[in-house]
Amino acid sequence: MHLEPAGASAVQVLFDEAPSPALSERLAQLACTLRERVPAVDDVVPAWNSLLVHYRLSQCDYHQMVAQLCPLLEQWQAQPVRVTTAAALTIEVCYDPRVALDLPWLAEQCRCSVADVIAQHHAATYRVGAIGFAPGFAYLSGLAAGLAQPRRSTPRTAVPAGSVAIAEQQCAIYPRTSPGGWHVVGRTAQRLFDPQHTPPSPWRIGGEVRFVAIDYATFIAQGGQL
Amino acid sequence: MSALQVIQPGPLSLLMDGGRHGWLHQGVSPSGPLDVLSAAWANRLLDNPAHAPLLEVSLGGVQLQALDDCQLAFTGAQMPLQVAGVAQHHASSFILRAGERLEIGYAQRGQRGYLAIAGDFAAPAVLGSVATQVQEGLGGLHGDGRPLQVGDTLRGGSTLLRTQRSVPWRFRPSLAAQVVLRLLPGGDVAAFSAASKEAFFAQTWQLSAASNRMGARLAGSALAEPPRLIYSKAMTLGAVQVPPDGQPIVLMADHQSMGGYPLLGWVHPLDLPALAQLPAGGHVRFSSVSLDDMQAEWRTFYAFFTP
Repeated sequence: MHLEPAGASAVQVLFDEAPSPALSERLAQLACTLRERVPAVDDVVPAWNSLLVHYRLSQCDYHQMVAQLCPLLEQWQAQPVRVTTAAALTIEVCYDPRVALDLPWLAEQCRCSVADVIAQHHAATYRVGAIGFAPGFAYLSGLAAGLAQPRRSTPRTAVPAGSVAIAEQQCAIYPRTSPGGWHVVGRTAQRLFDPQHTPPSPWRIGGEVRFVAIDYATFIAQGGQL
Repeated sequence: MSALQVIQPGPLSLLMDGGRHGWLHQGVSPSGPLDVLSAAWANRLLDNPAHAPLLEVSLGGVQLQALDDCQLAFTGAQMPLQVAGVAQHHASSFILRAGERLEIGYAQRGQRGYLAIAGDFAAPAVLGSVATQVQEGLGGLHGDGRPLQVGDTLRGGSTLLRTQRSVPWRFRPSLAAQVVLRLLPGGDVAAFSAASKEAFFAQTWQLSAASNRMGARLAGSALAEPPRLIYSKAMTLGAVQVPPDGQPIVLMADHQSMGGYPLLGWVHPLDLPALAQLPAGGHVRFSSVSLDDMQAEWRTFYAFFTP
């Protein structure tokens, strides 16, 4: 573990271990502890194998913040992993060709049928590794190795909101229509970021995510749009 | 309460405040004014809190009509100001009477002007802030990230202070076409080659026209083979990213919360205003600064504006 400044009022905590579901679960717990126990903390952002702590410079400087973090980090390292019993988040996905823009291309690249790609995509159990890039955008690990493909060489200027997309060994959903270079395998009508809601997004770092296939009629009935 | 009717919104006029802090963990950018110094001064001229809602005017071209008497202040970029056809001093407060029109012309120097009203502009806070983030669809007059539009009415204000105030000369931005940005080296700097690091500090970069509120893109002779990161990390304001094309990007107020490009370090937050005021094609050089100096100056800024 290694701490370093990340700009004028943040500490980046970098972990030596490779990302894993167990580490994500532990980082989520660490983030909660730091929010509760360190008053000068403004925000805690866990990522794959790092964790950023934003603090209020009016209350402490970098050295004082590090001095407050160190004992808590040591305690955390000594703690056994608590297994959370939270239920998996279920997301209903429509894999219809009208919304699954890149399924034919992916099937060709993976040398299998479109049905195989769909089956492999929703059979897997995913975990939230990081939240970022855009509000409510979660990076999910757990994609079947056979589906891994590099990002598009030219990103789309507009990936429709709700698009379920994959790149490398990750899966994600675009909460809003935005530019993006991932391969779209389906679409959900579920809203994944609502600033009026607490919390604004359903994701939890380390949390399990499962996809359930729905047909086009159901997708449209749920408010899904082409 | 007074009201200002938007006759002409300009190319990009955004309601701002201190920013949407504490939501990076949900992927929400901090937003807030690009030039925090000019924004803080605009509010100070009117005895408003430093982070009170105000309008960030990019490039100019704004016309507002007062429905009631109000007191305003304008700071930042040099944009010609007229009240009912009469020129007004820059970096000063002034009165706009009911029925009169305020015309903010196009910037002659600098890029971002700040218009504050005595007693604050009123708008619904989204995640604790009215700051407009267009891409994320958050904040602004209607809460949905829309920039100012024809027909919008800015409401707020109440008190008329009468005394006219100006920003002291020594605190006015230089608005030069070349800036030196102080960098706190850090992040992945150790993974860059010695030649890359030298080239970064030695050359004069040009601000690219592709810059926006998310990032100031610099163009110059490419830094060779920046290191590659496997896992994305959380990003913070002022971070200097180097994508594979070797052209650095300085992360500004609307920056994304996570990034996978390697970092050379962070620009001093009090130097970002000068970068925000720089026109496309303007020159940028870098020097270095220590963390202790950077934090001490940033604290002095806070202590002055939020006593």
